[in-house]
Amino acid sequence: MKPRTKRAAAIAAGLAALGVAVALVLNAFNSNLVFFFTPSQVASHEAPSGRTFRIGGLVEAGSVVHDKDALTVHFRVTDTAQTIPVVYTGILPDLFREGKGVVAQGRLESDGTFRATEVLAKHDENYMPPEAAEALRKAGHPIDKAAFAGQKGKS
Amino acid sequence: MIPELGHFALTIALALAIAQVVIAFTGARTGNPALLATVRPAAIGQFVFVAGAFAALAWCFVTSDFSVMNVAQHSNSKLPAHYRFAATWGSHEGSILLWILMLASWTFAVATLSRALPERFVARVLGVMGLVSVGFLLFILITSNPFERLLPAAAEGQDLNPLLQDPGMVIHPPMLYMGYVGFSVAFAFSIAALIEGRLDAAWARWSRPWTLAAWCFLTVGICLGSAWAYYTLGWGGWWFWDPVENASFMPWLVGTALLHSLAVTEKRGTFRSWTVLLAIVAFSLSLVGTFLVRSGVLTSVHAFATDPRRGIFILLFLVVVVGGSLTLFAWRAPRVGLGSGFGAVSRESMLLANNVLLAVAMSAVLLGTLYPLFLDALGLGKISVGPPYFDAVFVPLMAPAVFLMAVGPVASWKRAALPDLWVRLRWAMGVSIAAALVLPFALGKSSLMIAVGLWLAFWVVAATVALVWQRLRASPQQTLMGKIGAQSRSWYGMAVAHLGIGLFILGVTMVKGYETERDLRMSPGDRVTLGGYEFAFKGTKDVPGPNYAAVQGTFEVRRDGKLERTLFPEKRTYNVSGQTMTWAAIDTGITRDIYVSLGEPVGDGAWGVRVYHKPFVDWIWVGCFVMALGGLLALSDRRYRLRRQVAEIDAAAAGARA
Repeated sequence: MKPRTKRAAAIAAGLAALGVAVALVLNAFNSNLVFFFTPSQVASHEAPSGRTFRIGGLVEAGSVVHDKDALTVHFRVTDTAQTIPVVYTGILPDLFREGKGVVAQGRLESDGTFRATEVLAKHDENYMPPEAAEALRKAGHPIDKAAFAGQKGKS
Repeated sequence: MIPELGHFALTIALALAIAQVVIAFTGARTGNPALLATVRPAAIGQFVFVAGAFAALAWCFVTSDFSVMNVAQHSNSKLPAHYRFAATWGSHEGSILLWILMLASWTFAVATLSRALPERFVARVLGVMGLVSVGFLLFILITSNPFERLLPAAAEGQDLNPLLQDPGMVIHPPMLYMGYVGFSVAFAFSIAALIEGRLDAAWARWSRPWTLAAWCFLTVGICLGSAWAYYTLGWGGWWFWDPVENASFMPWLVGTALLHSLAVTEKRGTFRSWTVLLAIVAFSLSLVGTFLVRSGVLTSVHAFATDPRRGIFILLFLVVVVGGSLTLFAWRAPRVGLGSGFGAVSRESMLLANNVLLAVAMSAVLLGTLYPLFLDALGLGKISVGPPYFDAVFVPLMAPAVFLMAVGPVASWKRAALPDLWVRLRWAMGVSIAAALVLPFALGKSSLMIAVGLWLAFWVVAATVALVWQRLRASPQQTLMGKIGAQSRSWYGMAVAHLGIGLFILGVTMVKGYETERDLRMSPGDRVTLGGYEFAFKGTKDVPGPNYAAVQGTFEVRRDGKLERTLFPEKRTYNVSGQTMTWAAIDTGITRDIYVSLGEPVGDGAWGVRVYHKPFVDWIWVGCFVMALGGLLALSDRRYRLRRQVAEIDAAAAGARA
């Protein structure tokens, strides 16, 4: 082979490999995106059934019920306009509290219950998950400082 | 008084940094010896004043001066002394000051350790570093004054986030920042070389030790962060692909590529444009990381700021630095010229392939980290990209890189023969394939992931052992000690760092493949068996801590009926903030960790309990430390210490050419 055809072949091989890598990345990216919906959106059937998504809002006060013999817990997530029942089996994060913000990831069951596979743990009690804050804002509810133990403005 | 002095010191440091920039570039352009001789003192002076400001802030924290807002918000007089000191960088303002201190320290190191390099070149390097410093000093003085007073003074501080009250947190941020900011040196060397138009082997040799040092710090910093997450977050994970973690990992990926590319540029004179580009990208990613973490676009434990001015300032700075350096690159790079060619199978081609794979992997991480932020910023909805994406992308991209990593050092420069490579590596190939086939059956569970992971881990280790063995055998000395002594430390460093990768992969494969985990409800007296261990829950009791109250559980761990260990996981409630924290009890071992954490009380004296058996998990961090050790070994190589002579020879050679 002439040096020139050789170089062209090397570049073509390199580009092909890069193309495969990019295709791989984009494919994985597309199938692993998790969308976020507010309780109101879920209630108006905007959320997909059979696909994992996230909901966020406040844990409704007085809604948390532990099962007697397992680690299953039931609670309701609200954006103050709509409320979605959630069921989760496992250990809740330290900062999970009634009346505080929460984000859960999972699927919607046919009876309208949200089966969470993950309840997101956050590091700081002053921190309101942005998704939860968004859900409240969309529902027309101004963020109530007291409910979030003083969401810090400037710290 | 002390806070005002600290603030004043920062202002003087800014003035000195501006002077450093102006003097450096004017001196380098005109060649005026008086100006050139002033650059180093300006840089050293800047360091002294930044260090003074940092000491002032540390003093305010250690003495609990609650008339300083920053102290009142992030510390508490009940906090143990070492955590009061660590709280200095526990806030947004303090960590930016730490960033600046690290930058000033690197500037100081360059100013004092580069006496052998050409004056004009050093002036340009210090000028570029001064520019970065000016940017960050302006940032802290305009948007994030750490010495802001609180009047009237608070009686007591609001406490440091309990998660940060940990020995790991005392050393993790300084290490990480040393690494992050250390890439500014390689960046400054590259920009200076672009301005001068001298991208030669000497430039690569000067950049190498600095890049290596930064890389070692970053490796240790990321490793400590991962270990911290493992034992403090209480839920057994060691890497979450969290944007904050990615922010430190992306510069590491590019920094690793840069190290290898610099080696080729030094030895063979090729890859020059690529090396410069990597140096620019590595530091740009450090800045992107700073932006992500410090601007508040991600809200997590690391993002203290929600002040938009800060985000906009860093973003603008980022645009100036990245845009400016890329423009310079586009303008100057065509003049750089190509080095000597190389064959399709050669050490160069494998290093190039690895560089490309690392760059693609970094881009994939960048996409997954930034895309949700872009969508959010454009108001197109909220999405999240979870660990499955990163796992799905990262593993297939890194597997060929790891394979080539073991072949590269065996292959010769310029042109390697495949039959020869096969002869040299067939032993390693046989051992690694045998291990991948036999071990999963011996361990009682097998999958493609486990087999490939074990194969790669053993492949890297065996090929590296073969490399060392063959090199020593071929060495002309008579005695074994003579043979060992004849090899350079940088070569040993490479071998050790590669072994570290092998240990790391082994740890990851074993823990991903064989870990077992149970979440369950346990009443006192309940037992559960996991990974061959029986855990018996004996009940809980209240235990006071220095600044928290804890509920402590007692778990007896038995193996074959024999008591091995009693573990005491805690649920802590911090007095000042009222925040609760899960303190896991971990029994660390060479071949496994046992990990128990308490969830919450679920009624009738029962608790939610999480129990893990994690085989070989500690090998992950041991592997990282071995990598960093390899870097340190390479850094101690004689040829970096003999730079003075080398530089003189280079200068003589340049004179002869001219």
